[in-house]
Amino acid sequence: MTTAHSVGRFATRWAASLKGAVAPAMTRAELEDFLRDLTEQLAEAMRSTPCRPELGRAVGKALIDAHYRDASVLNRTLALLDDGFVAELGYEDSADVASRISALHGAVAEGFAIALRDTVLAEQETTQRAALAAARAAEERRRASEARFQAVFAGAAVGIGVVDLSGAVLEVNDAMAGMLGRTTDDIKGRTIGDVIGPENIGHAYAEFQKLLAGDIDQFRLETAHLRPDGRVANVDLSMTAVRNRTGTPDFFIGVAVDVTERRRLQNRLWHESRHDALTGLPNRTLFFERLEAAEQPLGLCYLDLDGFKNINDSLGHDAGDYVLRAVANRLRKAVEPDGCTIARLAGDEFVVLIERCGSPDRVAREAEKMLAVFGRPIEFDGEQLSVTGSIGVVHSALVGRDPGRLMRAADVTLYQAKANGSGRWERYDPARGEQELTRHSLATAMPAALAHNEFLLHYQPLVSLDDSSVRGFEALVRWDHPRLGRVSPGQFIPVAEETGNINALGQWVLEQGCLQARRWFDEFGIDDLYVSVNVAATQLRQPTFVADVLGTLDQVGLPAMCLQLELTESAVAGDTHGALVALRELAAAGVRLAIDDFGTGYSNLAHLGRLPVHQLKIDRSLLASSRKGEVVDPAHDKIVAATISLAHSLGLDVLAEGVETTPQADRLRLLQCDGAQGMLFGGPVPVSEAAEVLACQTRRADSA
Amino acid sequence: MAAKRPSWAPEGVDMEVPSPARMYDALLGGSHNFDVDRKAATNAAALVPDLPKVALSNRAFLRRSVRYLVDMGIRQFLDIGSGIPTVGNAHEVAQRAAADSRVLYVDIDPVAVAHSEVILAGNERASAIEGDLRSGSDLLTDVRVRNIIDFDKPVGVLLVAVLHLLADADQPHDVVATLRDALPEGSYFVISHLSSANRPEDAAQLGDQARNQSGVPILFRSREEITSFFNGLTVVDPGVVELPLWRPESEADIDEEPGRSLGLAGVGRKDSPTS
Repeated sequence: MTTAHSVGRFATRWAASLKGAVAPAMTRAELEDFLRDLTEQLAEAMRSTPCRPELGRAVGKALIDAHYRDASVLNRTLALLDDGFVAELGYEDSADVASRISALHGAVAEGFAIALRDTVLAEQETTQRAALAAARAAEERRRASEARFQAVFAGAAVGIGVVDLSGAVLEVNDAMAGMLGRTTDDIKGRTIGDVIGPENIGHAYAEFQKLLAGDIDQFRLETAHLRPDGRVANVDLSMTAVRNRTGTPDFFIGVAVDVTERRRLQNRLWHESRHDALTGLPNRTLFFERLEAAEQPLGLCYLDLDGFKNINDSLGHDAGDYVLRAVANRLRKAVEPDGCTIARLAGDEFVVLIERCGSPDRVAREAEKMLAVFGRPIEFDGEQLSVTGSIGVVHSALVGRDPGRLMRAADVTLYQAKANGSGRWERYDPARGEQELTRHSLATAMPAALAHNEFLLHYQPLVSLDDSSVRGFEALVRWDHPRLGRVSPGQFIPVAEETGNINALGQWVLEQGCLQARRWFDEFGIDDLYVSVNVAATQLRQPTFVADVLGTLDQVGLPAMCLQLELTESAVAGDTHGALVALRELAAAGVRLAIDDFGTGYSNLAHLGRLPVHQLKIDRSLLASSRKGEVVDPAHDKIVAATISLAHSLGLDVLAEGVETTPQADRLRLLQCDGAQGMLFGGPVPVSEAAEVLACQTRRADSA
Repeated sequence: MAAKRPSWAPEGVDMEVPSPARMYDALLGGSHNFDVDRKAATNAAALVPDLPKVALSNRAFLRRSVRYLVDMGIRQFLDIGSGIPTVGNAHEVAQRAAADSRVLYVDIDPVAVAHSEVILAGNERASAIEGDLRSGSDLLTDVRVRNIIDFDKPVGVLLVAVLHLLADADQPHDVVATLRDALPEGSYFVISHLSSANRPEDAAQLGDQARNQSGVPILFRSREEITSFFNGLTVVDPGVVELPLWRPESEADIDEEPGRSLGLAGVGRKDSPTS
């Protein structure tokens, strides 16, 4: 009856009828296999006696399990499970078959419905459970996140607070509460105005209003908060608006850092950087800040202790420090009540600044008060130390308001006070002061001038009286001061000697002179042309002088015979053994040596004989015309003649300085003077003109 | 756009909003869904009555492509945007074909993931994790991924009906390229995608509705855009085609009318650059 073939055919028809309701898990072939199994079961149900409705129900359930859940699947299946089924499987058209078919319909439909209901319920159950599980997991994660946030919030070293739109505090952490000096519960619910202090809230509130209005997104400010316990906390507070999707703020987050310690440290550092550790007085930095900002007119008293070095040297630095502290205290008591600033500038130098100082007399009164503090001795370690001070007094009415100039004037005046006998004050004297001020400013400007190449050399020809040819050049230093213009050597050389700058300046002249000589040597090939450089007495006493000179020659590559050093009589006079040794070394190396300005001082001719000198330069004063109008002063003429004669007998050349007229030159030739220098043969000229002189001379020599 | 959420901040579970995973299940006739999902599915089907067929077509494509990959020797599958793995899911298909196949499901929807965990309970070679395709490079380093997938061996990456949920701003092409570059040669990419290629008007209507009503934006991309997801890959025959036309097992399987499918699909293989 039922054959595998007929079952297969029915399964194929069944599968075709389900087209469009395919379960996605199966291929067509799998579907047909699956339906063949179901067809077998249906056939079994048809055969069984008594009827086995569970077989029909199983078929309905199998469809559902295979994910054929659409109502049309049941419809199509039941429609097929009628005449087609009967015909395909070859059942007789009997009442029994009809009733079995009918029962089978019922069973399949029942199985389908029950399975569908169970599946849907199970899936809904699963879905609900999954949703619940997901929600629970999300809740768990939210809780964990919240816990993490709470840990961060509570444990943060910075203060964190959340504030609502009205300014009421919703949350604060312990750090914030600690800064504000309250408990967290005490703060919650208060407004930020309450907790950050009324004196700050105006400032903060304006910013907060802007935040609220959306004008700004955040602000940051520093407030000094007066805590309930009376302490002041400096708090660096920033607030940020947290906005919702529409852009309006939902709440504000404030983050605060306690900067009290930092502020205290800053204040201390500021104070320390502007005060003298020994005396506690303002130091140089603070003094100059005050001076710059001071209200005119001004008075200054510049005080320096007399002989303070002696105290340090004889009693030790403890005594010195004690004296400085004692003096500082006395001075402070004397002048501070008058509203003056007293500062310690350095060592034993103190200065008092008097602002809004109506008259110079007012400054004098302060100076008197300052001197009065030395009235009683200072007791140190059982000894009564008598200390005095000298004071330079200046007033801006006389000097001008420029702080630098005021200080220089005070300094200059102080030294006048010292010079006039210490323990006194001296008022600034404009007549003397200008000159001193110029000296002072030249002295202070000189190191920078050297660095900035403000100096330059001019060259004056040194000629042979035989044929008037140029044998060498004297290098003469000039200073182009940016403000004062060309400063004469007569002004700055003494200053340089006083301040010790002469060593650096002298070395500079030496180097530049040698460099120039080397250039001429290369350019004109005159191998006995020399450059003559002046050397100051202090330079000669430098232990490194010989090495400096020889090193310079070596560096420049100039033969020693092309350099002449000019020394004054005084520099080599007396018992200067060191100088003599130096000169001998230089002479031995081949450097020419000349005695400058000969005849102006006490000329020790015997001493001269021992010096390794090559040339005497007779000072211009010996060539000056006589008061009677004679071209050559007869008295001087005798000295000149004798000097030349003596020099020649010692084997020295003689060169006359300041030769201005032809008669002078003629007379000198007659006296057998070797060389000359002066306006007659050319004044000091810039290097370019000196080069022209050499070029002319070379051309003449070539054409001759 | 909301700011990117830090990884430790959880995404809530909102049952009031339809989820693409549950809508898809509803279209397949499943009951792993809520009223809100069924309504969204019904509304969409009201616009385009054959939408359930597209869902079925897509599911059938998944089945055929996974089988193909198993035939090609692939034994590990990374199914990103897997939704709810109901009937005809990847692990059933793969493990029926080769029992040692391993499958990792990744979905952004925590409910779908929880659901997957229930279904996968007891299956040692399949599991599901919550993850975001948009941060694909994070997935590559995720230890839960590495426990299942061995990145030294070829991987079958299933991007089935998921890329159309990524906006252009999410740079989906870069996302695919990142995965492609990270995986070894011999790996496969299975991609299906809703497209405007065949029925631009229906696509536009569905797109509008998705964007404006259901809150689940869907991008119906052009054939060119979809094809370019396979850049750098060798597209296997028959290329990027309509869903039912990708290697059908028989004529009878083709239930959608040719030229009318809303989905395009293809499979690409990563070959060595020289071959």
